[in-house]
Amino acid sequence: MALPKYTETRYRIWHYFYIAICTFVFIFLIAPLFVIFPLSFNAEEFLVFSEGMKNLDPDAFSLRWYKDMVYGTKNPWGLAAKNSFIIAIFATLGSVILGTVAALGLSSRHMPFKGIIMATLISPMIVPLIISGVAIFFFMAKAGLAATHTGIVLAHIILGTPFVVITVTATLSGFDHSVTRAAASLGSNPVNTFMKVTLPLILPGVISGGLFAFVTSFDEVVVVLFLAGLENTTIPIQMWTGLREQLSPTILAVATCLIILSTLILISAELLRRRSERLRGINR
Amino acid sequence: MSSETNQILTTDGIPLEISLRKAERKNKIKAFLLVVPLLLFLIITYIFPIAEMFTRSIDDKMITNMLPKTFKSMETWNGKDLPPEEVFVSFLEDFKILVDKKEHGKLAQRLNKEKNGFNTIVKKLFRQIKRNKIDESQSIKEQIMKVHKRWRNVEYWQAIKRTAPPYTSAKYLKAMDMYLNEDNKITQVSEDRRIHRILWLRTVEVAFFVTIFCFLMGYPIAHLLATLPMKYSNLLMICVLLPFWTSLLVRTASWMILLQQQGVVNDFFVMIGLVADDNRPEMMYNKVGTYVAMTQILLPFMVLPLYSVMKTISPSLMRAGKSLGGTPFVAFWKVYFPLTIPGIGAGCLLVFILAIGYYITPALVGGASGTLISNQIAYHMKTTLDWSFASAMGLMLLGGVLVIYWLYNKLVGVDNIKLG
Repeated sequence: MALPKYTETRYRIWHYFYIAICTFVFIFLIAPLFVIFPLSFNAEEFLVFSEGMKNLDPDAFSLRWYKDMVYGTKNPWGLAAKNSFIIAIFATLGSVILGTVAALGLSSRHMPFKGIIMATLISPMIVPLIISGVAIFFFMAKAGLAATHTGIVLAHIILGTPFVVITVTATLSGFDHSVTRAAASLGSNPVNTFMKVTLPLILPGVISGGLFAFVTSFDEVVVVLFLAGLENTTIPIQMWTGLREQLSPTILAVATCLIILSTLILISAELLRRRSERLRGINR
Repeated sequence: MSSETNQILTTDGIPLEISLRKAERKNKIKAFLLVVPLLLFLIITYIFPIAEMFTRSIDDKMITNMLPKTFKSMETWNGKDLPPEEVFVSFLEDFKILVDKKEHGKLAQRLNKEKNGFNTIVKKLFRQIKRNKIDESQSIKEQIMKVHKRWRNVEYWQAIKRTAPPYTSAKYLKAMDMYLNEDNKITQVSEDRRIHRILWLRTVEVAFFVTIFCFLMGYPIAHLLATLPMKYSNLLMICVLLPFWTSLLVRTASWMILLQQQGVVNDFFVMIGLVADDNRPEMMYNKVGTYVAMTQILLPFMVLPLYSVMKTISPSLMRAGKSLGGTPFVAFWKVYFPLTIPGIGAGCLLVFILAIGYYITPALVGGASGTLISNQIAYHMKTTLDWSFASAMGLMLLGGVLVIYWLYNKLVGVDNIKLG
């Protein structure tokens, strides 16, 4: 963003002002995540930077809260992590299967009532979570699924499918349908065509939709708060209770782990997006 | 097409038009069948329960089922003088059944909501019945009227009659701080008890300002990301995408640490001498905290649509604007800015929709003055267990969101939503 030499002073000033604003916004976006890192290694029990930490005194840092997270007595994190992963994995599987199949139908040009059906399928993403939570709770209570893993998985499938539908329809929008016709003309049945031809081509979209569904489920707290019993506690629920009651540094240790997890997810999502754009022939 | 044209036949002798229509219908059914599993699943577990929230919010059948005979006999009552003997007789019959089922307490509670003072007189009547003081061979009306002077007051009987319809709009009125008075007119509650209207206004206000802040902060960086060379912009994009993928609770937690009185932001203010050390401002548990945290959390939803629109604008357009004599500001305002309007619309509506239903962040950093309507819904779902009131408020919120969603669809189209 070098400025040409002939730039007038006022535009020069404006340009530096603009760069300053952008720098501020980027710091505003990313800095909060980095506050958590050092504080999670705090040797003390308070959530502020101690004098020792400011002077980089090695004694002021410790792995105490990480040990507490893993080995701590009466610590709910183990159970919560187990539940969170089980629920998120099943919810992702359900969302991906239902969402991909629906997206295949939706991107067919023969699809009747496309607009209204698309709007219905995406609605869980648009309706405020609190309302989804109330509605899903009423359903699960009636179906006897409140406070069960099954109920929470179903709820997260509802919330996750819109993401799969959106990403897969987007991938299919650049899909060359003549390849499926070619497969059919060579004697392949529709299921075989899907597995051998369509799926490998749209796989990046399917996986990135799956990642969205996974994160949605893994991070979801509003609906789970209505549905979960003591046995179904998840990481977000534990964080929610922790943040409401006593802010212990153990939460920061957990938060650090979650940031690492989200970094991994971000990297895979980015790689997939690039691959999918390459496959769709979008060169930028 | 003229009717004299010879019909084209397929090899099996069927007119081509019919054959094509048949194939088309088959394809339609095939496509539809693929959508059916998800559609059915969502309708059963999601759409239908939302519709059920509506019946729940207007439902007032409990009392209709408690006093069936009373309401039946009240149909002939003029509603101005004390009701005739038969109303008293059927009321007593209904009441005795309720006493047997031990449900008279519920009745007292429900009637007391309609008019204060029912609690006492229903309990008094209950005691009289328990002691077998009511003699069925004599006038029931006279005996009930003797139980308490309020049973002689026609206003109480009018109140009972008002509860007769199985549906009520009371919950919706309550959410607007209004109620139906004795003459069935919509009245506002006294000024000191108007809590919900404040919450609605605050919710819209917070959503509006968060959208504005997100726009003001998102536009410059989206522009920078779209104009920088790829290798730098990819790096900076991480600053947008990492918060986007990070847990909402993690981000809220970090704001709680940053904004607390001994927190980093306050430390910084003290360091640069903006505030005195013993006079650190309270930035959490109020609106400031809600605004700051929500803006940071929702900012990626503004940047991403803006970026994807700006990416498609050719830089030569700005150069053309400048070469035709526009200053950079004019070129930006007349050429670049209008082209980004679709992105602005998408980003603003997305952020606004998300902000208006926000719950977790306001509940954690908002304190009492930062709570929004969603917190109130959760409160009635979990604490007071007034589910019909929570449903009513939820549906009012949903109505607002659907209007915005409809606008979004008109302006941008739902299938144009881009993620990352």
